[in-house]
Parts: sequence; C-alpha cells; structure tokens
Amino acid sequence: VVAVVTAARLDGLFKWYGHIVADHPILAIDRVRYFGEPVALVIADTPYAAADAAEKVIVTYRDLDFVIEAEEALAETAPILHTMEYQVGDRSHAEAWAEPSKSNVAHAGEISWGDVERAFAEAYVTVETRVRFPMLYAYAMEPYNAMATFDNGTLDVTTTAQHPFQVREDLARIFDLPLNRVRVRSPLLGGGYGSKSYTKVEPLAAVGAWVTGQPVTVRLDAEEAIHTTRADSADVAVRSAFDKSGRVLARDFDITLNTGAYADNSPLVLTKAINRCFGPYRIPSLRVTGRAVYTNTVPASSYRGFGAPQGNLAGELNMDQAAERLGIDAAEIRRINLVHPGERHLPGKRGMDADLPADLKMVVDTLDWPESSSTNYHGTGFGCSASDAGALPVSTAIVRILADASVTVLTGSTEMGQGSKTALAQIAADELGIDIDRVRLVQADTDFTPYERSTGASRTTVVTGLAVQRACRDALSRLEEIGADVLQCGVEEIKTADGNLAGPDQSLGYDEVIQAWFEGRQGEIVGIGVVRREGTLEELPPFWEIGMVGVEVSVDPETGRVTVDHLVTVGDVGHAINPALVEGQDLGAAMQGLGAALSEELVYDGSQLVNANLIEYRVPRISDMPRRIDSIIVQRADGVGPYGAKGGGEGALNPIGSSVASAVGRAIGRWPNRLPLTPERVWELMQPEEGPA
Amino acid sequence: MSYSRVQTTVNGRRIERNVLVRQTLAEFLRNELGMTGTKTSCEMQVCGTCTVIVDGAPISSCTYLAVDIDGREVVTIEGLSDGADLHPVQESFLKFFALQCGFCTPGFIMMAVALLDRHQEPTRDEIAEYLDGNICRCTGYQPIIEAVIGAAQRTQGESS
Repeated sequence: VVAVVTAARLDGLFKWYGHIVADHPILAIDRVRYFGEPVALVIADTPYAAADAAEKVIVTYRDLDFVIEAEEALAETAPILHTMEYQVGDRSHAEAWAEPSKSNVAHAGEISWGDVERAFAEAYVTVETRVRFPMLYAYAMEPYNAMATFDNGTLDVTTTAQHPFQVREDLARIFDLPLNRVRVRSPLLGGGYGSKSYTKVEPLAAVGAWVTGQPVTVRLDAEEAIHTTRADSADVAVRSAFDKSGRVLARDFDITLNTGAYADNSPLVLTKAINRCFGPYRIPSLRVTGRAVYTNTVPASSYRGFGAPQGNLAGELNMDQAAERLGIDAAEIRRINLVHPGERHLPGKRGMDADLPADLKMVVDTLDWPESSSTNYHGTGFGCSASDAGALPVSTAIVRILADASVTVLTGSTEMGQGSKTALAQIAADELGIDIDRVRLVQADTDFTPYERSTGASRTTVVTGLAVQRACRDALSRLEEIGADVLQCGVEEIKTADGNLAGPDQSLGYDEVIQAWFEGRQGEIVGIGVVRREGTLEELPPFWEIGMVGVEVSVDPETGRVTVDHLVTVGDVGHAINPALVEGQDLGAAMQGLGAALSEELVYDGSQLVNANLIEYRVPRISDMPRRIDSIIVQRADGVGPYGAKGGGEGALNPIGSSVASAVGRAIGRWPNRLPLTPERVWELMQPEEGPA
Repeated sequence: MSYSRVQTTVNGRRIERNVLVRQTLAEFLRNELGMTGTKTSCEMQVCGTCTVIVDGAPISSCTYLAVDIDGREVVTIEGLSDGADLHPVQESFLKFFALQCGFCTPGFIMMAVALLDRHQEPTRDEIAEYLDGNICRCTGYQPIIEAVIGAAQRTQGESS
C-alpha cells in the first residue's frame, strides 16, 4: 500500500467540484451524504492489494437522520443535507457564502405567461395527471475510469469523460493551476448517453497522483459506477384547461426532482424539464414550477434527453386523458395544438424549425391508428416532444491540410459510439472535395484539440459540424491564397473542386500547391473554424430536437407482462449526413426509453440501494426487442447545421415513456401513473378497484 | 499472494506461467497478456461483454479463474483475425453497422462465433435466444441480429 488519503489530507486544495455549484467534496468531509460516497482513497501497487487494504479501513460513523424521497426531504422537520446556501452561477464554494441553508431545495425554477387562473375558470374541461418517473441508471457498459499523473507541475488525466474541457476546469480549480497546466484526454468511450458528462472520478485519481507523485488509476466496477451518477427521478403533476374543441387554454405543471446528495447537473435537468414538459403546443397561458431536491441518495445528473422524459410522461399522458374526456381522437387533439413551422411555443426562444403536424401524421399512419388499438389487451400509444437541445453553441475546430493532401481534423468533441468521427469526417471530406479516406479525426485532448464546450445535447453534428465546415473553408481560402502565388494568377481566378486548384493555365492538387509554396515535400495549411452565439446561432436553442414516436403493445392478461409489438420512430433531423448513424441513434435511444418504460428502476430500501447491479436493475435484452421496427428519417433541411442538419440521438427516447404508458392504458382500460410498467404493476392495475380477492 | 503453474493455449500460442490464484481470466488476458480486446462490465455474468471461448464453449471471463484454463484452449477476440483479414463475423458486424461504442462487441462476436460453430443456419429466434445473455446499450440489437444472419449466410456461401 502506497498511501491512504482522506479529506484531512486535502488541505491546501480546493476540496470540491461541480460545474454549476461546487458542492461535491472529492472525499467526504465530516459527513457522508449518501451510501456509496467515497470516504478514503487507498492507493497500492496492485488493484488486489488496494482492494484488500480498503477492506481494512475502519471508519467510525455516527448515524444521522436521512431522507430518500424528495417529498420527505421537503418536509419541515427534514434533516438538511447541505448546511450552506450555494449560489448558482458562482463557481466559488458555498463556504464563502455565509447564508445558512433552510431547506433541501438545490435549485428552484419557474416559467409562466398568460392568465392561468382565468383560463382554468373558463375551461370547458380541466384534466389532471400525476405521474412518477423512475430513478434510472444509464449503464454505459464501460464504467467510470481515470488515470492521472502529476509531472513538472502539470496534471495529465486520461478519463472516460464526455466533456474533457469542463473536467479540466474542475481540476484546475482544485489544484489552483492555470488551464494550460491541466491536460484532460478522453479516448474512445464505451458508451456515454450523458452519464459521462461532467467530473466523476478524475479528482480522485488526480489527488492520488498529487499525494504519491506516481501515476494513479481509479477504475470503478458497475456497482461503484451506479453509486457515482444516476438520473433524476421525478414526481410531476399537471392540470390542463381545454375548450370544447380540444384547444389548450392553459397548462400548469409542478415538478419535483429527486436530485440526490449533490447538485451535479440537476439544476440544468430541472431547467430543461421545465422547458420540455408542456410539449411543442400553442399554449396561451402556462405556469411551470419546479424544484430539484437534495436527498441522501446517489447524486443525479445527465442522462440522454435529461428533463424531457421526466416532463413528457406527465404532459403527453395528460393529452391522452384529455382526448378521452373530450371524446376527441388522440392524434387530432395534438394536431390542433401543435405549433407550425416558424411558430414560437416558448417565448424568447427559436421558432419551431420542424413540421410537427407532418411528423405526427407519419407516426399515426405507420401505426395504423386508431384501428390498431383496442381494450382487448392490445394498445397503441404515441407522443410528441421538442427539446431545446444543442446546449450553448461554442466550438472551435482546426483543419490541417498536410503536404501529401491528407487532412487532420482536430476537435475537442468526444467519440463515444455516436459516430462523430464518421459524420465530422464526412463534412470535412465534402467541404474539401476529397475522399473520406484522406481525412483523419483527432479528438478530445485539451492539450492539442481546440475548445469544445461539451459532447452532449445532440449538438456535435450541428455545432461542431459547423466549426469543422468553417475550418475547412478557412483552410481552403488560405490554400487559394498561396495557390494564387504558385499558379501566378489572382485568387479570384482560382476554381477549387475535387481536391484541385485550377488557375487559368494549369490545375494543381492540394499537395502540389503546398509543396510548391513551401519548396519541397514539407509544410501544411491550417484552417480554423469558430462557432459562437451569433448569426444563425444567435437564437437559442440552436435547434429543437424532435421526438415523435409510437408503439403498439400487448399485455398478458395473466401476468401483466407487456410486449412491444411495434415501434415507430421519426427522426426529424433536417438533413441526415449519415442516415445509418441517425437510424442507429433513433433505435438505440428508443430502446433505452423502453427500458425505463418497462423494467429499469433503482430501488432504495432504507438508506441503501438494493439493486445496484445488472441482475436486479434490468436493462433491455434482445428478447425485449420490439417485434416490428419502423425507423423513419425526415429531411427538410430546416436546421441551422451543415446542409440544414439538426441534432439527433435523444429525441426518439423522450416520448417513449408516455407512449408506452398510453398504449398500456388503452390495452387494459386504465391509465398508469408511474413507470416502469413491470408485470407486477400492470397486473395490479388490471385488478378491480377493490383489489384482488 | 499464492500462485499456481498454468499451461495453456491462448489463440493458438502455448503459454506457461505462474498465475495468481485469485486472478480472473479477464484480468489475466488484459493485464498479463495485454489482450485488452476482452472487456468487463457487469462482472457478474449477466452482460456477456467478457465472453471468450474455452475448449469450444463460450464462458464469462469476468468470473472464470485464470488458473482454470490450465490444460485448456482459450480463444479471444484477438484470435479471430490474423491482422490482415477480419473474421466473417467481424466483417458482418461492420457491414450491418452492428456496433456503436463497440464495448460489448467482442463479447457479442465471440458468442456469435460459438453459435455459428454449432448451428450453421440459425433462425432469427435461435440467434435471439443465444445472444440474450449479451447486453448492448447502444444499438437496440436489431443490427446485431442482421449481422449474425449475414455472417451465417456468408459462411454457408463459402462452404457450399
């Protein structure tokens, strides 16, 4: 054993991390806020020695009161998890803020417009829905790992992080280093789905290297990874006011997220849940209030579509219940309320950059709705969502045209299976007029690749794609400048196509131009592409990510087991730079949505998770695949990305939960109020009101 | 720490060395032999990611002790290709876009190879049943089934 590190050893460092509020101690300080929180770091020469030694660590605990449910945490008598108030947006730690905290609300949010109360007073019908969205684990199959070295005052970390530049910021603050003294690299990741966003085990590895002066690797197993980051569960109540024809007059949402012991990304999850819960509908009066609540559970953060699946379950199930009450077709009630292209459903945000009524028609036609639904244990459900995706459009890319006309693209975006390596190479090849085999992507190394805000929010193809496109154009214009010199003509006389610069007298390849100008087989041309919030990206979000899906399900009347007979997804991506990638994202996202809808849920018993393993936390298997899958791609070139592209990857997940809940509700004649719809829950729902005999 | 002498064959190569008795086969392959193609995830035999073939049968190397390969023959993902040409199942996974992040892929491919060794023409249902012990979080599985069918057809085409 080389060293045992506890929080007491961290004096001199900034001991916390967190990209929104720095409330997360690297190692527990004085109190442990959730079961599974790191208390001591045992460093040894082999993992076996470290594991054996860790078992010999004796921690003396004094029992404190704890809260697991958000509702308990909001009670007046609840123990307060964080005794100091945190200031969102301020990256200093709470200790600087002497305000004692009086509640467990980590973050609160609200939006409203119109006159909600008056609308409800004048409503023809008011429909109320209350639902619970489950506590989830994303289960990227590669768990969290990080390897750190400290050499010559420079920290070098190789990690499984989706956003290496944000991890760099947390690490720089911990060790009080300038950004150029922290190198964070993310090699190819074994899945992410948002769950590898932000800082996880990097501070542990870095502290280990700082203490020992040796390289330190922290490698988690699945159980430890489950105890590192999960997704927010949610209790959502909605009431909606409608006129006789089914037009929405007002919607009023109340959202409570169970955020766990530390804020991580949950303040943003809440903001997104607030923006995404009411759907892409024309709503004259709206009020959404929400809160992210600290509890003594695993900290919750990002997971694919965050905020959207939680809010959408309530919002869309409510639309279905309204349709039933009003005697209006469930597709029709959506059609008459959906915003049209260009219309703004969220004041101050970008107008709708999609044709939602047309997308909905594709879904219901493919489902053969309403004929495909019956109450005879067979039901159809579908849902709509629009997410303010893309995050903040900040990205820089560098394109290097080398002396042999091969091309290196440098980008800070991370490859985790979504295919950015392919899509971005396609964009570069297209822009430069060369074969894709001549393009190589180098990604996610803060020492060499330029700044990328994040890899998430379905933004890479659009935002990083634009940066790559601009870098290619910048490189070509520089190449044309030296080409004019080489070809002895004016720049305006040069025509660039298919990897050649053609002047009035002769045509030269990129390699010939570079070699002629630098004299010999040497030199290169570097182009830079910068994206920030301006021009077509001035309005936020950069694009609306559309989710339009439907399912047909069968319910086993004996067991309550739900089988998905048919899945329909519409990928409204503007322009599919690589259709296979889009289909892959849509099916993968939908399948993860089906997991949350039918089987996935983290369960607490007392203060401990009882199913922090892949046997009892059941993700979809091959046998859970829908019997029939229709993956439709819609291309209307209505996005701001390269060639009219919009993002994909989260949309197909977002309305899956509500679609399955609606389909099961129609199949058994009773609306569910929570996910996942396990056989046991569906069976219970099928029993007569007075309960089973 | 106690060790045991192990004589084994890994991907056709004879290996003899002292093996830590507590070491799993996955750890042995990755850390002692540097064969990092085999991944581990759930570490409790439910995800199939760590699947390798021992004496012709697929096993979970995350929970199989390295000392138990004494006298046996191990094939890992590295053993499927000579470096120049991919195995037909690997080719088929590429062709049908049956992987995204690729972390589960070695396990799926080893399982599919074991399946095709036993059944040259598996039906869709047989493939699904055989691969039900392998988890993929990215693809939604459909392309994986297509890839195995494609590989079976290709192997059949070559042998007929």
